[in-house]
Amino acid sequence: MIITSNVSKNFGKLKALDNVSVTCNKGECIALIGPNGSGKTTLAKTILGMVVPDSGFITFNGKNILHDWEYRKNIGYMPQIGRYPENMTIGQVLDMMRDIRKSRDTQTDEELIETFGLHALVNKRMRTLSGGTRQKVSASLAFLFNPSVLILDEPTAGLDPVASGILKEKIVTEKEKGKLILITSHVLSELDDLVTQVIYMQEGKLRFHKTIEALHADTGENQLTRAIASIMSH
Amino acid sequence: MKKIIKYVIADILRNKIVIAYTAFLLVMSLSVFNLEDNTAKGLLSLLNVILLIVPLVSMVFATIYMYNSAEFIELLVSQPLKRKTIWLSLFAGLALSLSLSFFIGAGIPILLYQPSATGIMMLGTGLLLSVIFVAVAILAAVTTRDKAKGIGKVILLWLYFALLFDGLVLFLLFQFADYPLEKAMVAVSALNPIDLSRILILLQLDVSALMGYTGAIFRNFFGTHLGITLSFLTLTVWCVVPLWISMRKFSSKDL
Repeated sequence: MIITSNVSKNFGKLKALDNVSVTCNKGECIALIGPNGSGKTTLAKTILGMVVPDSGFITFNGKNILHDWEYRKNIGYMPQIGRYPENMTIGQVLDMMRDIRKSRDTQTDEELIETFGLHALVNKRMRTLSGGTRQKVSASLAFLFNPSVLILDEPTAGLDPVASGILKEKIVTEKEKGKLILITSHVLSELDDLVTQVIYMQEGKLRFHKTIEALHADTGENQLTRAIASIMSH
Repeated sequence: MKKIIKYVIADILRNKIVIAYTAFLLVMSLSVFNLEDNTAKGLLSLLNVILLIVPLVSMVFATIYMYNSAEFIELLVSQPLKRKTIWLSLFAGLALSLSLSFFIGAGIPILLYQPSATGIMMLGTGLLLSVIFVAVAILAAVTTRDKAKGIGKVILLWLYFALLFDGLVLFLLFQFADYPLEKAMVAVSALNPIDLSRILILLQLDVSALMGYTGAIFRNFFGTHLGITLSFLTLTVWCVVPLWISMRKFSSKDL
């Protein structure tokens, strides 16, 4: 579904992405793992077209995404740090996104807005929100338009245990519907029961892309945290 | 595109600076026209204020607005929208709201007190200047990441267009006083939209006699239909080129 071919991106001298080639298919739930600054967010942003790669290309459903924009109809993105127009209220932001992305054939998925209780907060301005509430807004927006691909950048960072439980449940139900889900995170224990594949990145390079079973078999460890730790120590 | 323009304009109107700018222009033009018995004189006073204030406000406001919309832009870029659409909508929203406030603040008084060819010319150039300096401002904003640096750049650009350019031209004229530079001056004036607007309006006011031989050359060129058409074309180029460059920059910008 998403194929990146030899994607490289430099920010000045820093190599944020170095010849990264990955293939992501429908129905997979892929964890993007790596230390801080290893290029996870940059990879997510190049797939979204927010960062333009220096070389290499990315295809979405067989089409090159360069200069394309319609493919983003199929993507829901939850940024690591959600930044929204400060003087708009939650309700206005939600309405604006509905207005911009509305189309006749897709039904909006309001489940997260309801379960997070955002209806009670619709009149709050974005600048007054706590980090956690902001994350709830970001998550609700990512799932709102029933996209077939979800890119979640540190989805549970800053969420309280209840909210993060709700979000994880939501991710599981969406995965079961056959959607492609890309999660970046460094809280590995959270991903244990979610992911089917692991992409490990370090210093902008793709270290490996394996299914979780292969990873368990290779390392002899049953937990993702331990498996990754054993790889990092070798 | 319409939807985004709608949100941009709603946002601009909400922060009330544009409304204050409109009120300022309105108070100023009404008082200028009421101070003088001769409305042509009033127009001349208004001219100088407009040529300084309109570019300054358009540029500074547009730049700060672009920086403050960084979050909004980031949010839109991850949505199924063309970058071109996002950029043109932001430009259109800014240009429309600033031109509208110029039209209400200065245009309506001009049309009431001086609905002559000169008045219309002033209205036209004022509207074009608003649009031109929005385009210049968004170009400065897209090429500079740092907010303070971007705003500083824009203020320097304004100083250049409003004050320095005239100084440079005078300097050149004095240095090369022995050479026939009159015709070259027509071409040089195209390099600064503020000067071009000033010449266009002054020639309509029949004060070109005060400008000596250069004035006569200007009269010969800018007084004709061809000259006026060419000048307006030049002003249009001044809007389109910065806008086009900024769009190119934005379409490959990393967010």
